[in-house]
Amino acid sequence: MTTATATFDMKEIKSVITKPISDNNPIALQVLGVCSALAVTSKLETALVMSLALTLVTAFSNLLISLIRAQIPSSIRIIAQMTVIASLVIIVDQILKAYAFETAKQLSVFVGLIITNCIVMGRAEAYAMKNSPIPSFFDGIGNGLGYSAILIVVGTVRELFGSGSILGYTILHPIKDGGWYQTNGLLLLPPSAFFVIGLIIWALRTWKPEQVEESN
Amino acid sequence: MEHYISLFIRSVFVDNMALSAFLGMCTFLAVSKKVQTAIGLGVAVVVVQMITVPVNNLLYTYLLQEGALSWAGLPEVDLSFLGLIVYIGVIAAIVQILEMFLDKFVPALYQALGIFLPLITVNCAILGGSLFMIQREYDFAESVVYGVGSGFGWALAIVALAGIREKMKYSDVPHGLRGLGITFITVGLMALAFMSFSGVQL
Repeated sequence: MTTATATFDMKEIKSVITKPISDNNPIALQVLGVCSALAVTSKLETALVMSLALTLVTAFSNLLISLIRAQIPSSIRIIAQMTVIASLVIIVDQILKAYAFETAKQLSVFVGLIITNCIVMGRAEAYAMKNSPIPSFFDGIGNGLGYSAILIVVGTVRELFGSGSILGYTILHPIKDGGWYQTNGLLLLPPSAFFVIGLIIWALRTWKPEQVEESN
Repeated sequence: MEHYISLFIRSVFVDNMALSAFLGMCTFLAVSKKVQTAIGLGVAVVVVQMITVPVNNLLYTYLLQEGALSWAGLPEVDLSFLGLIVYIGVIAAIVQILEMFLDKFVPALYQALGIFLPLITVNCAILGGSLFMIQREYDFAESVVYGVGSGFGWALAIVALAGIREKMKYSDVPHGLRGLGITFITVGLMALAFMSFSGVQL
């Protein structure tokens, strides 16, 4: 590989990693992978584990699918992609059950649901089927990070204001333990994730007005 | 009988797939602009859910779970780790078969469902239904009821959201909140309303 292509690669890799975080966020703009973003964010810890799992699955599924993209006949590509993704998710699920059993219990069916997370499928279909393995791998990491960014913000807001702690460490001392902070119970309920994500989208679109949709 | 009615009501309202388990959100948010299309998608989800949940239940009971292969003389084999890949394979295959069947015998319905049928493969409400069925250890009859109920609950939710969004055309939403943002907040309010079912015991 010559230096010219190497530098081009670096630039492209940087852009595929950073783009999905703010300009083309999978959750806030592409409306992909919303389900798990809502259900696992009542605590920051589960949000972190879920983000890590999804980023790994997306990166490796993009890498593997891109490696075999020339061999997949287009009529059965969905099933072929599904098989790759499902195998990776099984590996992640087994690892979590072996080393982080408590968290795996809390995540319940949502680890399995990474298979149908539209981010993984969407990136495989839209990027990995057309590009070479290395950029595809980093595209997977980038989109995983875009998803993680939203999950971590939502998880932090919900845990901090909902129970006054972050990762289990008390930050705002709640009244029920003799402190001063009145915890906001609404934020522990799942619907609050919708409000938090809705407000994040509002903030993001005020910052980047070109993402605003014209109709309701 | 009472047990099944109670399970049905619970899976439609209390454990609503879309508004209390938050499954199938991608399609829920993307395909809820018109009531007409929402009804089409809802019907497709009910049909697929009604078939896939019981089929996966049979596969789990007679092939995958620990000791399930004792009828084949292999009582120690535990294949439950293969679950995910089997369920998604079943879902993809059933959607494909249903598509060919409808195309041949009920072309009108096939036309009406159009693009939604293949989309259902990646709708997490379908896979979620099978996973919840395994987790809650339903037997075959319960899984049929649960499949119909959870599909119906999801359809009800998407039609309701589409109705609200059709009316929302006339309201003046803040600039940055238009489209996706206000939809999220609307769904949040709907989910809060559905939470009032959560104490109901039948």
